[in-house]
Amino acid sequence: MTVFLIRRTLGAIAVMWAVATLVFFMLRLVPGDPIAAMLADAAGPEAEAALRARLGLDQPVAVQYALWLWNALQGDLGASIYGSNQPVRTIIAEAFPRTLSLALLSFVIAVAIAVPAGIVSATRRNTRADAAVSLGAFLGLSMPDFWLAILLIIVFAANLQWLPAIGYVPMSESFWGWLEHLILPAIAVGTAFSAIIARMIRSSLLEVMKADYMRTARAKGLRERAILWGHAMPNAMIPVITVVGIAFALLISGAVVVENVFAIKGLGRVLIGGIQARDYPVVQGAILVISAFFVFSNLLVDLAYGALDPRIRYD
Amino acid sequence: MTDAALPPAETEALPPRRRGRLRQALARDRKAQVGLAVLAVFVIGMAFASLISPYDPNEMTLDMMSGPSWAHPLGTDDLGRDLLSRILHGTRVSLLIGVSTVVIALALGVALGMAAGWYGGWLDLVIMRYIDLQWAFPNFIIAVYLVAVFGTGLVNVIVAVSLAFLDDFARIARSMTLTIREEQFVDAARTMGFSDGRILLRHVLPSAMAPIIVQATVSVSYAILGEATLSFLGLGVEATTPTWGLILADGRGFVSQAWWLGVFPGLAIMLVVLAINFIGDWLRDALDVRQSL
Repeated sequence: MTVFLIRRTLGAIAVMWAVATLVFFMLRLVPGDPIAAMLADAAGPEAEAALRARLGLDQPVAVQYALWLWNALQGDLGASIYGSNQPVRTIIAEAFPRTLSLALLSFVIAVAIAVPAGIVSATRRNTRADAAVSLGAFLGLSMPDFWLAILLIIVFAANLQWLPAIGYVPMSESFWGWLEHLILPAIAVGTAFSAIIARMIRSSLLEVMKADYMRTARAKGLRERAILWGHAMPNAMIPVITVVGIAFALLISGAVVVENVFAIKGLGRVLIGGIQARDYPVVQGAILVISAFFVFSNLLVDLAYGALDPRIRYD
Repeated sequence: MTDAALPPAETEALPPRRRGRLRQALARDRKAQVGLAVLAVFVIGMAFASLISPYDPNEMTLDMMSGPSWAHPLGTDDLGRDLLSRILHGTRVSLLIGVSTVVIALALGVALGMAAGWYGGWLDLVIMRYIDLQWAFPNFIIAVYLVAVFGTGLVNVIVAVSLAFLDDFARIARSMTLTIREEQFVDAARTMGFSDGRILLRHVLPSAMAPIIVQATVSVSYAILGEATLSFLGLGVEATTPTWGLILADGRGFVSQAWWLGVFPGLAIMLVVLAINFIGDWLRDALDVRQSL
């Protein structure tokens, strides 16, 4: 287990190094001159030279690369090329909690929908309830998250006026304010995720129910509820955990998109705004942090997997 | 429906030809029938866009933000453009991008995967390290990275989305190649002195086709969603090309006064994606491909 833990962690670090390298070369891959692309035509050669020096582009590539890795390791991701040249670290430190709370709330909502839906459709297989869950899952997977976000705004913000359509309030300021602003975005992000999990729980439970120990449990007179929660669910959850890890990708990319609909200044907004403004240091920093978030949450899932199933041995 | 097991006689007998199996499965699968019908409606709508809705999708009029009516079945937008015409013309771009990106991703991914599986060694190592790296991230994030590098516009979006989907095909093609490489008919072809390229194209590829077709179908729906998302975020095609994502982005500021601008373009995306997902499920059952995420 320790060997696995170390190997898996080293793997995650290697992936992050590769991502940092790709992100570094991003600026060098931009067709044409990135400096010209960033600055307006009227900027003049002095402004160009100044920006080139600030981004370190006037040095040999190997030096630039070493510097970039060294600085990134210390959390120094450069500064925005606009306005007051805010450090990228500050921009991201402000944005990250918003994306994180959106992803976590989406996760909670998605699981709260998926678990009962998956159980109902597996235990009442081929009934109307099962068909409804199956159709709902198909719809959830096919609906673009940003469209669902717009629909929620039309219904709950514009017409019913129950919830605010845009903005964000930190949890430390007001819990209800936080929840009020995040509930619609979290539903928009979590729906596709819950569809995947519900389908997975259904097929996994159906598989487990065929097992001999289920017949034994019934034969010894256990109640259905005890069978479901004591025997079926713990075993059925193992493959589900893997899928949760894979599907977590949906939460991250969903949050990136949906933040833009609800004007929440999270990582997604920073990333997309940075790309539109060609603010490359900001784009590089945002991609690096989103990737790190992703790599390490997958690592956590892998480790949880081992803890959940004592049969799994990694060595 | 889809869970209904084949009667034992059918599974034990020699597999009938693929086309026959597809037709049989289609007759049982109501979702697939609906999917094909919906897709057909969109293709017909796209082909006869100017007959069905006689307006120029980009023509601005003074009839702004009027709700659905006989003259404008889906209403008009803030610039007085007919929404139905815009959505029908958008179908063209969305389906074009959905299909072309998957064709490119499939060609590149399958070539890389087959080369990795067939030759093994350092080639396999290099290709699969890269594919694994890409696999570790959501396709959408990869597409965003590529758009950030290459810039927006129709061609760049097609390139970005194709490259983002390449890993799915490479993995399938590699694992299929590894299995098929050991088969006797491949040995036979090798003994007969056929070139690697010929063996891969004529013998390995056809045997690996079923899972690749299923993956391609699913990928088309994801590619359509991906393009819509990029366009919605302003990272997609040029603003003058009506695509579903862009139409939604244009209308999003006005949804509190004009709900149709927020509802119909998204409905088009969802219906097409849903239809393709239904079709993908049918193919998966009919071609007997093990479900994988």
